[in-house]
Amino acid sequence: MSLLRVGSSVAIIALAVIWTVIVLAAESQWQVLAALVVAAVAIFAFSRMRAGRDLAFTLNDSGPSIIAIIPLAVLVVAFAIHQDHFQLMMLASVLIYGIACVGLTVQFGYAGVINFAGAAFFGIGGYTAAVLGSTGVPSLLTLLAGGLTAAMIGCIIILPVLRTKGHYAALITIAFGLLFRSFLEVNHTLGGPQGLKVEGASIAGRSLLNGIQLGTLEPSFYFNYVLLALAAFTLFFLLARNLEKSWIGLNLDAVREDTIGASVFGINVAAWRIFAFVAGNFLIGVAGALFAMMQNFIAPSNFTFSDSLLMLSIIVLGGIGNLWAVLPAAILVVVLPEKLQGIGEYRIFVFAILVVLVLRFRPAGLFPRSMRQFRREVGQ
Amino acid sequence: MNQLFSARDVSVRFGGVHAVDNLSLDIVEGSITGLIGPNGSGKTTFFNAITGLCKLAGGRIAIDGQEIGGLQPREIYGFGVTRTFQRSRLCLSLSVFDNIVIGRQNALDLGLIGNLLRRRRFNEAVRENHERVHALLMAFSEPLARRIFDPLHSLSMIDRRRIEVCRALIAEPRLLLLDEPSAGMTPDETREFMDDILNVRKNNPRMSIVIIEHEMDLMQRVAERCVVLNYGRMVADGTFETVVADPWVQEAYLGTS
Repeated sequence: MSLLRVGSSVAIIALAVIWTVIVLAAESQWQVLAALVVAAVAIFAFSRMRAGRDLAFTLNDSGPSIIAIIPLAVLVVAFAIHQDHFQLMMLASVLIYGIACVGLTVQFGYAGVINFAGAAFFGIGGYTAAVLGSTGVPSLLTLLAGGLTAAMIGCIIILPVLRTKGHYAALITIAFGLLFRSFLEVNHTLGGPQGLKVEGASIAGRSLLNGIQLGTLEPSFYFNYVLLALAAFTLFFLLARNLEKSWIGLNLDAVREDTIGASVFGINVAAWRIFAFVAGNFLIGVAGALFAMMQNFIAPSNFTFSDSLLMLSIIVLGGIGNLWAVLPAAILVVVLPEKLQGIGEYRIFVFAILVVLVLRFRPAGLFPRSMRQFRREVGQ
Repeated sequence: MNQLFSARDVSVRFGGVHAVDNLSLDIVEGSITGLIGPNGSGKTTFFNAITGLCKLAGGRIAIDGQEIGGLQPREIYGFGVTRTFQRSRLCLSLSVFDNIVIGRQNALDLGLIGNLLRRRRFNEAVRENHERVHALLMAFSEPLARRIFDPLHSLSMIDRRRIEVCRALIAEPRLLLLDEPSAGMTPDETREFMDDILNVRKNNPRMSIVIIEHEMDLMQRVAERCVVLNYGRMVADGTFETVVADPWVQEAYLGTS
């Protein structure tokens, strides 16, 4: 790996970090729109330049230690905005949606199992956290329980999904998502339409609501949630990346590309689809539980069909199957609408135009997935 | 010679159509059998029936005396039956290496922990598989072996066919089914590919090959035995020369008398 390649890759990541801080801290609509234009031009330019390809190659082909740039970059952003509650909350939300989208990537990007009920599994995780919050179960166990509950409930709908194909399987997940919301609204033990209060997270007996002191800095308590979400995101990112670069990832690709070809070569198509769906829902459930703890309050209106679409649009905009695209795309999809509050409902319009433009001009996403390579493993 | 494969009165129906009709065929170890017949005569359907992709309406199929009729495709793979497809079923978005190594399922079973966490051992497994895939490719073509990590979609038709055959060979099957391997190739490529098939046979003397082909030159050169199907039934069986001389075949397949 040449020094130049490393240098240009580091420079692009540094620019992305600065861009993120500017957008998070932007005060006026015009700053945000200008940043959007800059990003569009930069992505277009880098994708045609050697530096962009070098970065994609470095991210795809390096060993697991390359993942360290995620916590590094996010911590730089977090320290730059350490005093602002709202900005830190947005950053934590980006990471939490990022965890859910790593799950969707395993499901849809790898195995090709479409899931239009992302918000429902997110909600299952959230409601699990709400129910367990008052029982004194440790927060990390609650996160685990949120994931496990989402994974288990997902097993109920995987059977009809496996027995149908394409659009029909998609419709089943849509129906499940709608049913889930209706169920919450009529269920009074779960708070009905008013929702439930959720205990905040506490780790080692210390509530995350108490801010930590870092030297002379006294960051907002949301800083703690950024750290917790960042730790979870990095862990799941590492596992998903190893999964992709393993025989399991290869089997999932074969199942997605051609089920008949896969079955003739001894691949258990149904088993791998179930695996991907369950693993993905686990991640979405953990993300939902973390989200609920941070928000302190959840209601059925947090988990609508349009929230499912929002999650899917993150992986479609970023580049289906490319884990590295999840965070940048999550920043676009989660932060931009918040920052464009001032132009009211026109922000949906801006977002819609963005989606149409990406699908028209970069159908594989802003950062398309790179082909799996085992060059480094065999010493080439 | 030991008998490897046996089909008894195999029938496949699509609605009222008898795609394969009471077909019986025995194949001995280490043979190359050609399967010919006009379009729609049930050749590919017979392959699909053997590999479990379509349901049998009747009859029995056995490998080494063990019944495989009615099993799932992936279970039949476990009996050492692999195949290629008329329209190739390779994964275009993956590399040459990935496309071939996928055929070696029993070597890829490391469990969740072995795949995700024990990466040093996994990397050893990659190296071991890489050596095998590379050696297999070298037997076909050295320039192709150098492209082992290239994306599949960058390859020519003959190289894609070779990759498909490699994927079917890497698991060391006992019965290899080739469905019209020359489709989409130029005459030169077809001749080159014939040499490849004869080479495969030389390296795997105990493996049996069944090949569906329209290209008569190829058939004449590689097939020791020719079976002719028409309307799902066997109409002739013998060496290429005797089969081609058969008046039934002249009428049904070659269309002249």
